[in-house]
Amino acid sequence: MNPKNLLILGTRKGLVTYQKSDGKWKLRDTSFLGIPVSLTHVDSRNGTWWACLDHGHWGQKLHKSQDQGKTWQEVGAPKYDEGMEVKEGEAAAVRYLWAFAEGGPDKSDTIYIGTEPGGLFKSHDGGNSFTLVESLWNHPSRSDHWFGGGRDYPGIHSILVDPRDSDHIYVGISVAGVFETHDGGSSWEVKNKGLRADFLPDPQAEVGHDPHLLVASPSNPDVLWQQNHCGIFRTTNGGNSWQDLTQADGPARFGFAIAVAENNPDRAWVVPAISDEIRVAVDNALCVCRTDDGGKTWKDLRSGLPQSDCYDIVFRHALDVDGDNLSFGTTTGNLYLSDNGGDHWDCLNSNLPMVYSVAFA
Amino acid sequence: MPRVNFTYALKRFYPKLESVDIVAGTVAEVLISLDQQFPGIRDYLVDDQGRLRQHVNIFIGDKLIKDKKHLTDQVSDSDQLFIMQALSGG
Repeated sequence: MNPKNLLILGTRKGLVTYQKSDGKWKLRDTSFLGIPVSLTHVDSRNGTWWACLDHGHWGQKLHKSQDQGKTWQEVGAPKYDEGMEVKEGEAAAVRYLWAFAEGGPDKSDTIYIGTEPGGLFKSHDGGNSFTLVESLWNHPSRSDHWFGGGRDYPGIHSILVDPRDSDHIYVGISVAGVFETHDGGSSWEVKNKGLRADFLPDPQAEVGHDPHLLVASPSNPDVLWQQNHCGIFRTTNGGNSWQDLTQADGPARFGFAIAVAENNPDRAWVVPAISDEIRVAVDNALCVCRTDDGGKTWKDLRSGLPQSDCYDIVFRHALDVDGDNLSFGTTTGNLYLSDNGGDHWDCLNSNLPMVYSVAFA
Repeated sequence: MPRVNFTYALKRFYPKLESVDIVAGTVAEVLISLDQQFPGIRDYLVDDQGRLRQHVNIFIGDKLIKDKKHLTDQVSDSDQLFIMQALSGG
């Protein structure tokens, strides 16, 4: 497959598109200038570009483009029905669009969106309308065991549709954990066995875990990785049990983003940060950690990245991989690219707004 | 009919937006009627539950509306409404 030659960034000040031509990446244009873009998605089924906007004043909006981001059309964003409550006395309203997934090759008009405060929404008509997946919203664990993490309310930031079976879906929720359905969302099972929640009285609690991002191996969808608040975990049996792969004596511990190689379920990347109350690059030096052996060992990749005076961290959706190409954007507006699996990095821009998401297209 | 005026900021999303006269008895009815003329604009002003968004202000004359939750403030034919955005951000 040819390498993708577009790079789409969701930033605090708009959607920024880079294009590779004549071997060089160049900034092509900016859409929604001045408006925070929380997430983008390019639908592999029809080429539609999607942008999730986080207006400060006007709420959460959804836009789509049929011409690779040159023009955009607003469509109705997911909404909670009038009268719904997150919990007793607290009205439910979409506060953030945090995950976007297409519904599988056999369901060409199905789209999923994950939101804060914890609702999964599904569209059957290509995004023209969305309905809440009530089975997950009504899961008995939600009222007492889902919490706000980095955001005030629980949020669905990861939606993984199995490429072999579009009724088989995982979602990752901060803070609740991993949930799985085999019936297209009619019923959900908790998949947190083996995770550790150091911030709970019972770190092995069934629900209440904090996966920061959940990704699946494209070449073996039974292998899932997650960068968790409390470490790095992997399952090789579809979430039945998770193994802790946190580096014992290195930086690969806390972080938000994680990516897995398209053709190798044992190869993954994370971008470490100092946990909790500090949240800057470890030792003020930026590094990407890669494992090539399923998390048994981790290698620091630092070539081309700043090794002093650095405060950058990388948000959960701001790292992407395409073959040997990787890119990530940072909280302080740096954009890095590697064309050799992370062994060396080049800085494409150090003057961007805060970067929320990065995606090759 | 009460006349409704808008912050210039909304013209970015509704380029044809101009001051309009609306037949309505309450602020809530004003927004429903506006949404028929400018589809989707109500969602810019209120949240999923119909509450005025935190950084949106609606004035009747020079007075802020009192009921930001249900928008029951009465409007009369001679009223001028102003839909404004709060100053915030960075």
